[in-house]
Amino acid sequence: MNYSYYSSVALVSSVVVYLLAFFAHAAEWAAARREPAAEEIVQRELVTAGPAGGAPVEVDRIESYARSLADARLADLRVEQFNRMGVFLTVLGFLLSVIGVVGRGLAAGRAPWGNMYEFTTLALVFVVAAYLLMVWKAGLGWLGLPVTLLVTVGNGLAVTVFYVAVAPLVPALHSVWFLIHITAAAIAGAAFNVGGLMSILYILKKRAEDRGQVTGYLARVPSSRRIDLITYRFHAFAFPLWTFTVAAGAIWAEYAWGRYWGWDPKETWALVTWVVYACYLHARSTAGWRGSKAAVIAIVGLASFWFNFIGINLLVSGLHSYAGV
Amino acid sequence: MTDTQTRPAGHADARPEPTGPDLPRLGWRGTLRFVWAQLTSMRTALVLLFALAVAAIPGSLVPQRRISPVRVDDFIAAHPTLGPIYDKVGLFGVYSSPWFSAVYLLLFVSLVGCIVPRLRVYTRALRAQPPRTPRNLRRLPAYATAEIPAEDTEGAATVLERAARELKRQHYRVRVEEGSVAAERGYLREAGNLVFHISLLFLLLGVAVGALWGYRGSSVVIVGQGFSNSVTQYDDLTAGAWFKATSLKPFNVVVKDFQVKFETGPVQTGAARLFRADLDVTEAPGDPTKPVALEVNHPLRVDGSTVHLIGHGYAPIVTVKDGQGNVAYSGPVVFLPQDGNFTSAGVVKVPDARPQRIALQGFFLPSAVQQGDQAPTSAFPDALNPALFVNVWSGAPVPETGKPENVYSLDTTGLTQVKGDDGAPLRIALQPGQGVTLPNGLGSVQLDGWSRWVKLQVGDSPGAALALGSIAFAVLGLCLSLFVRPRRVWVRLANRAEGEQGSTVVEIGGLDRADARGGLTDDVDDLAHHLTTGLAGPQAQKEASTT
Repeated sequence: MNYSYYSSVALVSSVVVYLLAFFAHAAEWAAARREPAAEEIVQRELVTAGPAGGAPVEVDRIESYARSLADARLADLRVEQFNRMGVFLTVLGFLLSVIGVVGRGLAAGRAPWGNMYEFTTLALVFVVAAYLLMVWKAGLGWLGLPVTLLVTVGNGLAVTVFYVAVAPLVPALHSVWFLIHITAAAIAGAAFNVGGLMSILYILKKRAEDRGQVTGYLARVPSSRRIDLITYRFHAFAFPLWTFTVAAGAIWAEYAWGRYWGWDPKETWALVTWVVYACYLHARSTAGWRGSKAAVIAIVGLASFWFNFIGINLLVSGLHSYAGV
Repeated sequence: MTDTQTRPAGHADARPEPTGPDLPRLGWRGTLRFVWAQLTSMRTALVLLFALAVAAIPGSLVPQRRISPVRVDDFIAAHPTLGPIYDKVGLFGVYSSPWFSAVYLLLFVSLVGCIVPRLRVYTRALRAQPPRTPRNLRRLPAYATAEIPAEDTEGAATVLERAARELKRQHYRVRVEEGSVAAERGYLREAGNLVFHISLLFLLLGVAVGALWGYRGSSVVIVGQGFSNSVTQYDDLTAGAWFKATSLKPFNVVVKDFQVKFETGPVQTGAARLFRADLDVTEAPGDPTKPVALEVNHPLRVDGSTVHLIGHGYAPIVTVKDGQGNVAYSGPVVFLPQDGNFTSAGVVKVPDARPQRIALQGFFLPSAVQQGDQAPTSAFPDALNPALFVNVWSGAPVPETGKPENVYSLDTTGLTQVKGDDGAPLRIALQPGQGVTLPNGLGSVQLDGWSRWVKLQVGDSPGAALALGSIAFAVLGLCLSLFVRPRRVWVRLANRAEGEQGSTVVEIGGLDRADARGGLTDDVDDLAHHLTTGLAGPQAQKEASTT
């Protein structure tokens, strides 16, 4: 069995499938944009039809009301259909990327997270797993568009730019901390990414709410308060895990390099990311910083996480140069 | 609804800030108090956290002296105007610069100022009873009623007692009042928060201990030779201010063998695959030696110090005979790797050669490849085609000064480069076993073979256990402070309306005190259900609201 080949094929296919899922969610967004939600029409029509006088007018009104209601229901159905299609395709893409990651591990005969390509694909498996779990348990289907965009771009970059052929690890990575440190980083990173996407949605929704006109896709997203709460929970999950990731890295560094902290660029940026997310948690409980400001901090945190991953790996030389690109 | 995370009780933000222009003069005590209040406010903490994040960034982008002094020198050479300015403001040593220290020290002062009052509040809260039952439970985020039918007199009489028992079973702290029960749980949230912040102080302490008493040094040891743990044996040694050289433990290691393997396949060709040094370790003079395999990620611990394998390279074994036919030098010479394929640069100094002293300067290439007219390079890190390429210098002998000099670079003062027959600088290329006679009766050079050397790092970071233990507690505290749900629940016998037939109604209200996982309404409903079921009579009526 040529695991390496099948792994690559599965991961490339997952990019295509995720892209289709993204199109389905984009169509969902577009459909929702054209038509107001059914409940809005009901409300509008009831308001206009309510106090009307003569009988013929009323029949007319009721007819038009019924028609527009039917139209709205149909539009709703269409939106719903696109959403389901998107989620279905995401599940398919998820299975493909799991096959890709597992196949990569079998091909290499080790844990498949030894370089940038492998780490990206693994972390995005966690992103989609978290998203699908939330779709299933908490009805987070509205997150489909940004998540599929993220995984399409992420996996797309992985298979094109970051790709390296299967190879054994350098001696520095032969450690049990390789399993602990990097899995924790991937899971925390996945949660930060989902949290960051939701922070962006939060800001959009909050702005629409403040302007008083919530239309289209944003009308289908929960209230900003609720998004903020879910965002917080993702970050509240990710932050202790990130702390643990940094600590595990410090223990490993003590074993590998004889010092637990050496201001290596990767370590520095891990700390910067940690501090920014600490800011987020503090901002959320400080008057005048809640809401959009805290959300911006969360996005800055995510940017710092990304820079630590992509910028530091590719631009800055340090002890964590495992990209192999 | 559950988004009610509030400022921690006792936090400085809670105090009124005397900033109004019409306030009376503060006086020096007032000013101090004001500054302290400002410093310990959450807003300042936020700003300081941001400042810490921003201040840490330049150190990852500008080369740092402590990490690679060579790159700092290169940077200064490449940027003649910018370099000295950077140097002045400490950009080459960000993490020990005054401004970086100021940020984190202020942050920790602010942290202490935040923790101390909160600790006081918390110790009081620990002994406090749950707050009294509010007058209107209906206003709480979760509210339910349970009705116990009139015929169930026993159920009605014991309802508060049963509520208290059930809440205690759910780990609430319960206060029984006249006609009502007040309950609270989730005290661990604030405890976790405090543990987290206090752990950060201990972390700083651990780091400080390491910085003051720790040491780290490295030594290049050629295979077959040894290292004794004393200051003179180190090539470089950095130690904390309170480190004493006499505290170095007198252990000794001999490097018996060093195995290294590189990737020969088509993918990642040349990447390292194995490093393994076989050592003989003597813990103290007179102790029996024991064999130890030293690998990356598997440091050796000897008597409180750790020995790490952090580098390796090549040492060509050279024999130089002088013009009088005497062996003026024979043995391995450490050459330093310059690139990933171990193109190694070095100098063989032969000060004892007579009539002229000799020096060889050049490269050792483990896998020498010559392409056209270009200088030969190494194409692979392993020794597949080892070769030594050197230029030769000679000069009049100079008396031994005893001054330490860099063994890796050649000071050409008093030396002239030896020329070949064609008048160009003489270039010697040797493969193992080959020798060459030098012109002008200087003598001869022979490459006997090559050896490897390893770079051993010896050090001790005394505060490491404290620092890592603190982080463990910090993570634990963090989890408690983020996941524990402080919640208050009250149960009260409702006032019976006029003319109502003897059924007993209890009201239950619930309040989440911090951002929580939800389920408050469910829990309150469950309690209502619990109080009415298991009793005779029809199923009790329930009402729940989620305002």
